[in-house]
Amino acid sequence: MKKYVLDLTVRQVEQLSPRHVLLRLTHEQPLPEMLPGQFVEVRVDNSPTTFLRRPISINFVDSEKNELWLMVAMIGEGTRQLGRLAPGDTLNCVLPLGNTFTMPSNADERVLLVGGGVGMAPMLFMGTEMQRRGFQPTFLLGGRTASDLLEYDLFNKYGRVCVTTEDGSMGEKGFVTNHSVLQEHFDRICTCGPKPMMMAVARYAKEKGIECEASLENMMACGLGACLCCVEKTVEGNLCVCKEGPVFNVKRLLWQI
Amino acid sequence: MADLRVNIGRLALKNPVMTASGTFGYGLEFADFIPLDGLGGIIVKGTTLHPREGNDYPRMAETAQGMLNCVGLQNKGVDYFCEHIYPQIKDIDTNMIVNVSGSSPDDYAECAARIDALDKIPAIELNISCPNVKDGGMAFGVTCSGAESVVKAVRERYHKTLIVKLSPNVTNIADIARACEAQGADSVSLINTLMGMAIDIEKRKPRLSINTGGLSGPCVKPVALRMVWQVAKAVRIPVVGLGGISCATDAIEFLMSGATAIEIGTANFLDPAVTIKVRDGISQWLDDHGCQDVHEIIGCL
Repeated sequence: MKKYVLDLTVRQVEQLSPRHVLLRLTHEQPLPEMLPGQFVEVRVDNSPTTFLRRPISINFVDSEKNELWLMVAMIGEGTRQLGRLAPGDTLNCVLPLGNTFTMPSNADERVLLVGGGVGMAPMLFMGTEMQRRGFQPTFLLGGRTASDLLEYDLFNKYGRVCVTTEDGSMGEKGFVTNHSVLQEHFDRICTCGPKPMMMAVARYAKEKGIECEASLENMMACGLGACLCCVEKTVEGNLCVCKEGPVFNVKRLLWQI
Repeated sequence: MADLRVNIGRLALKNPVMTASGTFGYGLEFADFIPLDGLGGIIVKGTTLHPREGNDYPRMAETAQGMLNCVGLQNKGVDYFCEHIYPQIKDIDTNMIVNVSGSSPDDYAECAARIDALDKIPAIELNISCPNVKDGGMAFGVTCSGAESVVKAVRERYHKTLIVKLSPNVTNIADIARACEAQGADSVSLINTLMGMAIDIEKRKPRLSINTGGLSGPCVKPVALRMVWQVAKAVRIPVVGLGGISCATDAIEFLMSGATAIEIGTANFLDPAVTIKVRDGISQWLDDHGCQDVHEIIGCL
């Protein structure tokens, strides 16, 4: 897929939680094709301590409104600066980058999309694209508490939503891997979130003998597979998460699960 | 339009703008963003005789106006390059230059000899300055005798344009440059990264897997510029300048300090189209200042 450097315009900034914002971006030209699992490298202007671009996974693409949605977890100074953007501001983006989650190949295939924290963001895009292509996604979302369940209403629009919270304030109490939906049969799992969560999900998939794809977020510089900074150890040696990933079948990873 | 053509020994460049090894992959990664044949040269990822896995993650730490890396020469080895990568890049209409590294003079020479056999690779850049590998790399570039031993061994077996990339982690870089020149180097390029460190104070641990790494980006530019100026005065062979170049102004500073050509590295991560912008910016500046030829400003101080 051809990659572009585009100056996108911020159309709307929505505060999803004290630590998360949703940026709705648009462009005067139709946005290029983007697929679930891919990410964008955004330039952080007006932040003297931020040198490199920040990789942000694609949360949603609204082709009717020509909008790209990025969910930003404000963790450091760079991402906090992204949270200060206002409608009308420009955001310089390199996109689309990386590989994609695997789309189901037949209507009987049952796919579970497991997201935690800001890792829920790409799960929404995967779910909406599945639904658009006639597949029924099941979402399994985990948080510490109810307010961590970002975009909950949107997820409900596109599929069945199962929730766990560690404090029991919403859905079933516990971790995603404790949820009763896991007693059902799934053919494949796609997951994105904190590494301990993804490893627990990968362990479950391994026990059940089903395919599992995880989206990684190693620290990146170029985002293009040029600098070899973001490598993950795999059965094929060190691979760039930005180019060979971010989505990996967990069987290729050297995770101790 | 001013004439931008320059020569590095027998190597003719369309313009003085090249890419720094390790920041531009094999060029193909940037093909969506710029016309690759618009560059003076593309210096591809460091290549060694045998495959190398590189260092463990984390390999990168962001710093003020720069970054540290300790990638450690991850590459699939020269034979893989010749068989699988060379066929993909050989028809790019610019100087495709291979950066060569090794752990002994014989290693370097053997790797260089295999690349000598490739028609469409008109030059190599000998990396005697990688700070991120234990065996060799920078070890050869920090003493005159070490530099001499590698350049001599390679010169015997490599017959095209030989550029030697120097380390800034030395007491007197001009001495090292003269040693390379004396052994038959056609050019020297400088600077490689400056050895540095960063610490995560919450974890009380270094941010990089091997503790130290090479610093690059705009923060190193004044050091690089000073060293290019010193080396350009000390040798007769052409000098290639690099270190923190992010815009045409930076590039013109290096040309004025005595560099015949320049390389752009870390800035490619911030703007994948920066190289062409720098080329166009140099051209524009020359036109604006009534210069007919880029040589009017090379070493003009």
